[in-house]
Amino acid sequence: MREMLKLFIAVVVFSCLSGGVLAAIQNVTKERIEYQQLKFVKGPTIKNIMEGCSNDPLIDRLRIVDEAREMHLFIGEFEGKRNTVAFETFGKGFGGAMGVIVGVNLENDEIIGVGVTTHSETPGVGSKAKTDPDFTAQFKGLSILDPFKVKTDGGQIDALSGATISSRGVCGALVEAGEIYKKLKPTIIEKMKEKQG
Amino acid sequence: MAKTAVQEFTKGLWAEIPPFRLVLGLCPVLAVTKTVENGIGMGVATTFVLICSNILISLLRNVIPKKVRIACFIVVIATFVTVVELVMQAFAYPLFLKLGIFIPLIVVNCIVLGRAEAFAAKNGVVASFADGLGIGVGFTLSLTALAIVREILGNGTFYDIPVFGPTFEPFSFMVQAPGAFVCLGLMLCIMNMLGKK
Repeated sequence: MREMLKLFIAVVVFSCLSGGVLAAIQNVTKERIEYQQLKFVKGPTIKNIMEGCSNDPLIDRLRIVDEAREMHLFIGEFEGKRNTVAFETFGKGFGGAMGVIVGVNLENDEIIGVGVTTHSETPGVGSKAKTDPDFTAQFKGLSILDPFKVKTDGGQIDALSGATISSRGVCGALVEAGEIYKKLKPTIIEKMKEKQG
Repeated sequence: MAKTAVQEFTKGLWAEIPPFRLVLGLCPVLAVTKTVENGIGMGVATTFVLICSNILISLLRNVIPKKVRIACFIVVIATFVTVVELVMQAFAYPLFLKLGIFIPLIVVNCIVLGRAEAFAAKNGVVASFADGLGIGVGFTLSLTALAIVREILGNGTFYDIPVFGPTFEPFSFMVQAPGAFVCLGLMLCIMNMLGKK
């Protein structure tokens, strides 16, 4: 019995020490890891959308907690005005969820750019949603509050050939983005002022 | 003491070089050696874990109760592997994306546990350090050698630099799983032929 107890204590002490060390290291590296993930997963898309901005949207970001959802908004500064935000929403594609980042001008609700981040669409067909700039360029200049639909559904967007479902996924993500934007716009503007002041 | 430490180090480079002589830890060997960069990254990560776990286990060899030693070894190894994982995410995120699941899988790499059980648990700190370093460097060299052959033949590049010019048709069999087995088998064969002399 005593020996059992000794073994038990040895393993418990080891595990506790290891847990403590790891918690400490995680604490130290947490922020850097978060930034690295943003930089390499969403970063290229955001940079693409925010082309020509004079700040780093990856550092200049807001966190808004809305009901159960936590949103990260990336702020872009153009010609001295911090008037653009980009954020990610998800649509249902052919192979599962598709992450879509949209950049919106806060002054006129116009879309300045759209980009796909994570997806599992068919390579060479649905994956063109991410790689074909002509497809995402169609959204530029439209209002984020528009109901986005592909042409076969009676909308305004030319679907990628052979990839109607992936194209619908992007439209779906943008419709959701529009709803979120409508709801959160006052909060976003308020928070941005707070951050600046 | 100094002489034996050198001997412990050099045996890992030839006499007991993994995975050619010590045919252990084949899973990462076959999976990550598609490119030289991956091979070196995996080798360095494993070397770090080997050295740290060998030192700590050697220090604690009289404290750890015999009956639960394997559990304690695994806790020590898992701790260092998680440290590597966090640090790699924070400082080398693209490499982390490429190596993916194989970093956490170092925990169950037989080489690491094998050295802990067969060497560090019975020897002093200096010898264990030398053993970990030797086996780790040997493992890195083997991974790199395998990766060089596979990347050059299978992709026509060395460290992402093209070596053959545009007319080269990549021998893509080499970067797939069966190519890894064939390549490893041929290298084992060469090693054995050289070892006989």
